Amino acid sequence: MSSPERTWKTIESGPHTYMEALHPVVRKNYGNWKYHEIPRPGVLKHVAESGDALFTVRAGTPRQDTVDMVRQLCDIADRYCDGHLRFTVRNNVEFLTPKEENVEPMIRDLEAMGFPVGGAGNCVSSVSHTQGWLHCDIPATDASGVVKSMMDSLYDEFKHMEMPNKVRLSTSCCSINCGGQADIAVVVKHTRPPRINHDNLSMICELPKAVARCPVAAIRPTVVNGKRSLMVDEAKCICCGACFGACPAMEINHPEHSKFAIWVGGKNSNARSKPSTMSIVAHNLPNNPPRWPEVTEAVGKILTAYKAGGRPWERVGEWINRIGWKRFFEETGLIFDEDMIDSYRHARTTFNQSAHVRF
Amino acid sequence: MEENKGASSCSSHGCNHSNGGRGEKFLNPTPMLDELEKGPWPSFVSGFKNLAERTKKPMLRGVMDQLEYSYNTKMGYWKGGLVTVDGYGAGVITRYSMIKDKIPEAAEFHTMRIQPPPGLHYNTAMLREMCDIWEEYGSGMLTLHGQTGDIMLQGIDEANVQECFDKLNEKGWDLGGAGAGMRTAVSCAGPARCEQACYDNLELHLHALRHFVGQLHRPEWNYKIKFKFSACPNDCTNSIMRSDLAVIGTWKDAIQVEEAAVTEWIEEKGVDALVNQVINLCPTRAISLQDGGMKIDTRDCVRCMHCLNAMPKALSPGKERGVSLLMGGKNTLKVGVNMGSLIIPFMKMETEEDREKFMKLVEEIIDWWDDSGLDHERIGETIERVGLRQFLDGVGLDVDINQVSRPRDNPYFKAKY
Repeated sequence: MSSPERTWKTIESGPHTYMEALHPVVRKNYGNWKYHEIPRPGVLKHVAESGDALFTVRAGTPRQDTVDMVRQLCDIADRYCDGHLRFTVRNNVEFLTPKEENVEPMIRDLEAMGFPVGGAGNCVSSVSHTQGWLHCDIPATDASGVVKSMMDSLYDEFKHMEMPNKVRLSTSCCSINCGGQADIAVVVKHTRPPRINHDNLSMICELPKAVARCPVAAIRPTVVNGKRSLMVDEAKCICCGACFGACPAMEINHPEHSKFAIWVGGKNSNARSKPSTMSIVAHNLPNNPPRWPEVTEAVGKILTAYKAGGRPWERVGEWINRIGWKRFFEETGLIFDEDMIDSYRHARTTFNQSAHVRF
Repeated sequence: MEENKGASSCSSHGCNHSNGGRGEKFLNPTPMLDELEKGPWPSFVSGFKNLAERTKKPMLRGVMDQLEYSYNTKMGYWKGGLVTVDGYGAGVITRYSMIKDKIPEAAEFHTMRIQPPPGLHYNTAMLREMCDIWEEYGSGMLTLHGQTGDIMLQGIDEANVQECFDKLNEKGWDLGGAGAGMRTAVSCAGPARCEQACYDNLELHLHALRHFVGQLHRPEWNYKIKFKFSACPNDCTNSIMRSDLAVIGTWKDAIQVEEAAVTEWIEEKGVDALVNQVINLCPTRAISLQDGGMKIDTRDCVRCMHCLNAMPKALSPGKERGVSLLMGGKNTLKVGVNMGSLIIPFMKMETEEDREKFMKLVEEIIDWWDDSGLDHERIGETIERVGLRQFLDGVGLDVDINQVSRPRDNPYFKAKY
C-alpha cells in the first residue's frame, strides 16, 4: 500500500475527540445533570443543577446510511441545534437543543424527511443489527432487510410509548449473533452441518485451525480424491458455523437450510433482576427475502402478548418469569418443542430443579 | 436456488418498477430490493438508489446488483483478503466479490472502520468533512454505527484506501480495530447528557483507547479484546454481554434522596404506585414504606438502578462514585453466551492518577491472557478454562465475595496445608 509520493505522516490518534462535538449547554453542564423526563414520545428533557434545560429529539434511521442522508441530518442539526447531534447505540439519531421552541418544528421537519420521531421510553426502539449480504463475508441473510420489514410493522410501537417497559430488538445474520442479546432477537439458525468444498479446502484453509475451531471436536482431517481435506462427524456437529469463519470451504450457509430462530428475555440492564441471557422460543422459520413475513409475524405475536400482559416496568424476560414459560407459549401461540430443551454445556442449569409446576 | 433471477436479467421481470417513467436510469432493475422501499420505516434501499443516481458511481450499481443477486439466491458473495494502510495491520475490512465475472463493478468493496468520538457525540462540521472525503474516495455508503462501535465507511477500491485514510487522518479520524487485538470501544451518552453517570466514561474511553492504540492497529494477541464503558448499571452499551472489559459506573454510599421530590412523586402518582412500582420491585427488598414515604436501607442496596429510574427527580446515585470492572462477556460463538462477571467491585475514576492505575491493571490482565490463553480464545473463555482463582492469582488481584453469586457447592479443592 505504500506510495512513494505520500506526504502525510500518520497520527495514531485513536477515537476522534469529543469535546468540540458537545453543544455549549452540554459542555457547561457536563456531569451536572439533575434529572430527565419524557414530555412526549421521542423527546427527552434533561434539567441541570444550574437550571438549564436541554431537549433531545430522537429519530429512527435506516442504519445503512449514505453521505446524502448524513448531510440531511446535519442540515437539521445546523437549523435547530447549533450544529450538534449524536447517535445512540441502537442507530437512532439525537438532536440536542436548549430551545424548547425548536422541538416542534424539528419533529415536523424530521417526519417530513421520513425519519420517524420516537424510540424513547416504553416503546420498541430501533433494532441493533448486523451487516448481512451487503458486506459481511459469512452471512446467511440480510439483517437490514429483515429489520426494515419488521420495523414497518412496528412503526407505531416506535412512535408511541404503550409497552410495559422499553423493548430492545436485535437481528443477526449468523449464529454468532453480533446483533446481541435483546428482549427479542431474530437470529439465523443453521439446521444442517456444513457442506465441504473438498476441491479448494486445502488451498484456502489452514487445516489445524479449522479442526481446533470446532467446539465439539466433530472435524477431522481426511484425504478426498488425493487431496488433503476435512470431514465432519455429522452426528456430533451442532451446526454452529464456527468452522466457516476459520475456513470458507466449510460451507455452513444454505439457501434453504439456514433458517431463523426467535429468542426472548435478554436484558443487559441491572435494573431489578440481574442481567439475563435469551431463550429460544421459535425456530425453523424460513429465510424468506425480500420481506421475511414469517419473522415479522412471530415477533408480532410476542409483542402483542407482552403489551397486553406485562406490568409496568416488566421487561419481556421479567414478564415471562412472572407468568411462566407455559403461559408464555399459550399466550403467544408459539410452540415449545423438544429441541428447545438445552443439550449443550451447563444444560442442567436450565432444568427445573424444583417441584414448582404451572397448570 | 434460482441462479437465473440475478439483477442482470432484467428482461425476466418487466423492469417497470419504482423509478419508471423518468428517463434513463443509471441503476439496473432491482425488483427484490425495491420491495424494501415500501412501508413507513426509512428505507436503506431508497437511500442507496438516490445516492447512486446522483453520483453515478459504478461501484454503487455493482453492489446493488450483487445485493439483488443475493436476495434471489439467498447466499452471500464476499470473501476477505488483506488490504491495509501504511504501518497498520488492521482496520480495513477487505471484501472481494466472488461473482465479479457476473458483476464486475463491485469487484472490490472494502470497508474502513473509523473510530467515532466516545459517546457518539458529533458536530456537523466533523460529519460533513468526513462525508466529503468519503464521497471523493469511496462509495458514499456508510453505517452509523456498526456493532463494533465503528463508523463503517463501506465500499472503496484498494487503490484509494491510503489516500482516503490520509485525508481522514488529517481531520482527526483514525481507523478502528479488527482481528486479534484491541478493538474500538463503545460508550453511552455519559456525563455529557445523563444524570445517572457515575464516572466520566467519555474521558476514560478516549484515554484507554489511546493507551492501546498500537495494539489496536497492529493486532498480535490470542484473539480480540473489547472495552465498553457504561456510566451506570443501566448499562446502555450492553457492556456485560458485548465486551471482555465492561467498565460500569457505580457508587458506594447511600442513594441521594430529595425528600421534597419524593413527596411530590407520591402526591402525583399515589402510594399504590410507590408500593407496586418502586418498593415491590426492589430486588433486595431494601426499600420499605414508612409513614407514607420510602426508606432505603443502604446495606441491602445492590445499586440496580430501578428506583432511580422510576423516580429520577427524587433519587440519584450516591456521592462516592467510581466504576466496577466486569470481565469475560462475549456472545454465542463456540462456548455459548458468556456474560461478564464481576472482577473489581469498585475503583475510583476521577483523576489522571485513577485512570493511570486502571490502565496499569488492564495491561497486567492482558499480559496474563496473552500468556495463558489459547489461539482464538476470548479472555472469559480463558478464565473459565483455568479458573477464576487462577486468574486472580495470576494478575495479583484480591479475592472478593462480590466476584461470586455464592460460595462453591462442592468440596473438590486442595486447601493450603
